[in-house]
Amino acid sequence: MVVIQRVVKATTRKGKKVLIKKEPQVNEGPKRALFLQGRRSSDKLRRLTKDLFDIKKPDAQLLNKKNDITIFEDATPVERFCRKFETPLFVMSSHSKKRPDNLVIGRMYNYSLLDMIELHVENIECMREFACQKIVLGTKPSLVFNGPTWEETEELKHLKSLFIDIFHREEVESVRLQGLEHTISFTATPEGKILIRSFNVLMKKSGTRVPRLELEEMGPRIDLTLRRSKLPSEDLMKEALRKPKELKVTKKKNISVDGLGTTHGRIHVGKQEIQKIQTRKMKGLKKTPEEIKMKRAAKRSADNNNVNKIKKQKLG
Amino acid sequence: MDVVKDVLEKSAKEADKYKSVEVNKLIDIDVGALLAIDSNPLDSKALRSSPNDYLLKLTRDNVQLMYNQIWELPTERIEEAIVVKLPKPKYSLPRAKPVPKPRSLTKWEQFAKAKGIVKKKRTKLTWDDQLKKWIPLYGFKRAAAQKEKDWVLEVPQNANPMEDQFAKKVEAKSERVAKNELQRLHNIAKAKHVKIPRFGLTNPDVSSAKELQAAVTVAKSSTASLGKFQEKLPKEKEARGVGAITPGATRKRKLPPVSGSDEKTQNLNIVETVLNKRPKIDMEKAVARHMNDEQLQRSEEKKGERPKRLRKSHGSSTGGGGRKKPKNSNRPRKVLYSLELRVYFYLFI
Repeated sequence: MVVIQRVVKATTRKGKKVLIKKEPQVNEGPKRALFLQGRRSSDKLRRLTKDLFDIKKPDAQLLNKKNDITIFEDATPVERFCRKFETPLFVMSSHSKKRPDNLVIGRMYNYSLLDMIELHVENIECMREFACQKIVLGTKPSLVFNGPTWEETEELKHLKSLFIDIFHREEVESVRLQGLEHTISFTATPEGKILIRSFNVLMKKSGTRVPRLELEEMGPRIDLTLRRSKLPSEDLMKEALRKPKELKVTKKKNISVDGLGTTHGRIHVGKQEIQKIQTRKMKGLKKTPEEIKMKRAAKRSADNNNVNKIKKQKLG
Repeated sequence: MDVVKDVLEKSAKEADKYKSVEVNKLIDIDVGALLAIDSNPLDSKALRSSPNDYLLKLTRDNVQLMYNQIWELPTERIEEAIVVKLPKPKYSLPRAKPVPKPRSLTKWEQFAKAKGIVKKKRTKLTWDDQLKKWIPLYGFKRAAAQKEKDWVLEVPQNANPMEDQFAKKVEAKSERVAKNELQRLHNIAKAKHVKIPRFGLTNPDVSSAKELQAAVTVAKSSTASLGKFQEKLPKEKEARGVGAITPGATRKRKLPPVSGSDEKTQNLNIVETVLNKRPKIDMEKAVARHMNDEQLQRSEEKKGERPKRLRKSHGSSTGGGGRKKPKNSNRPRKVLYSLELRVYFYLFI
C-alpha cells in the first residue's frame, strides 16, 4: 500500500506564524548573513569578522565557536546552519598553514549552495583605527565599483554580485536625502587585488541645489586576493534570478506620450452596422402599406427580368 | 548697466567660493540600487604610490556623479524629511528562495468564483423575535442565547413522539461539525498534494485491528442487499460501533437450532474443542530450545571424554563459555519434545 505522507500542522498560532515566515514570499526582505569560523581563526580574521558584523547588523548572525568544516569538500554543514538561522548569505573565516587568513563568502538558494568565493585577506585596518564619526546603524550604503576588470572575468562578476548582495541591505522605493551617509568602494586592480574602502559622506554647500560631497574614510580598510571559487551552473543561476509574475510591470497598450507631454490614446471601435442604427423616428416619412406593396412588386419584376436575361444568355 | 554688472560679479564671486559639483566622466549608474560601476582604467602609478588618497578621490568623483542624478529625481516631503522616490533597480540579484506558487482554491472557493458569490460580512448581533433582544450570531455568549431559545422544542408532525428532540439536535450539530472538519482536512490534503482515498482507511499500515475490522464491515455492507449474501470466514465477527451505518451487518445471537440432529452436532463440536486442546507451539522458540539442548548434550559427552585432571578446574564454573543450561531441565516435556523433533525434521525436508 502507498504510504501517505503526513501533513504537519502547527499547534500554536505563534508556530504557525513562524512557518508562514519561512515559506517563500513574493517580496523578499533584507538577506541575513551568517558569520562563522572554520577549524582555526587568526587575529586579523577575528577583527575583520567583527567589523563586517557591525556593518551588517541587524541582518546578521555571529557564531563564535569553531567548526570542523571544509567547505569546498562538503558544504552540507554550512547549508544546515543557514537553514537553521534563515540566512541566505554566509561568511566563513578560517586560518591554516596552507591557506592563511582565508575568507569564504557565499550564498544559498532554497537552502542549498548557489555560489561561493574564497578570498585571502592580506591587510585590514579596523573601524576603530579611524578617528571620525561613524554612521547610524542600518543606513543603506551606495556602492561604487572601480576598475575595468569587474566585467571581464566570470569570477569577478560573481564576486561583484556577492558584494552587492551582502552590502546593499534591501531594495527600497524611496530614500531620505539626508540619510545617504555611507559609501563603500570596491576597486579591482590590474594586479588582481581587490581593495575595499568605506567612507562617511559629508554634504557641503555648493552653488547649486546638489551639495558638494566630501568623503571621510571611516570603516574597515580591506585588501583581498582571489583564491578558489565555486560558481553556479547556468540554469540554477537563471532560476534564482527569476522574478515572480506579480512584480512584472504590465505595460498599458495603446497609450503614448508625445514630445510635448500630451498623452495620446487609441480606442478601437468595432464595425458599425449602418442599416441597424436607431435613428429618430419621423412618422410623416413612414411608408404606407400600399407603398411597401408596390416596392415589393417592383423588386420581384426586376428579379424576373434578370433571370430571363441570364436564361437568354445561356441559351443564346 | 553698472548695477547689473555689479550684481552679476557678486553672484559669480559667491559661486566661486563654493567648489563645483561637476565631474567630467562617463560611468554606469543604477540609481534604483544606489550602485555605480566605473569601467574607466585605473591610474596604476597613483595606485602604487598613494593608493588610499587616489581611491578617496576616485570614489568621491563617482559618488558625486551618482548623487547628481539622485537629486534630479522627484521629491516628496514626509514629516519634515525630504524623500526622493527611486526608480526600480536595473541590476538583478538572485532570490533566496524560489518564486512561490499560488495556492490552489478550495472546493468552495472554486464554486463561489464560478457562481460569482461574494463574501459578505454579517453583523454579529441580530434581533431575535422570540427572545425580544439582540443575540450574537457567533462567539461570546452565543451558546447561552441559544440555550435560552431552546427551553422548549416542538415535536414535528411526522416525528416519533418518543424521540428525544434535544439529543437529536445535539447529535445533528456534532455531525455537522465532523463533516466540516473532514472537508477542511480534505482541502488541506489537496493543497499539499497529498493523495487520500475518498473512502476507507487512509493508512492501513498504521491502523489498529479494530479500525481494520470496522473498515471491512462497512465495505461488506456496501452492496445492494446490505451485505446479506456476502461470504464470511468461519470465526469472523463484525465490528462494533458501526451498526448505525451498516444496517445489514449485525452481531445478533444465532437462533437455537430447529432439529435435534443439528443441536447434537453443535454440542459435540463444543465438547471436542474443549477436550482436544493442543498447546500452541512457538516454532522458533521450539527449534532454538531443541538446538540448545543438543549442544548441551554434546558438551556433556565431551566433558566425559576428557582426562580427570582438567575436570577439577572446570568443576566450579557453571555456565562456562557462554553456554546456558535450560531453565527447568527436569520438567516432563516428552510430548513437546516429539513435536519439536517433528518440526525440526520438517524444516529440513
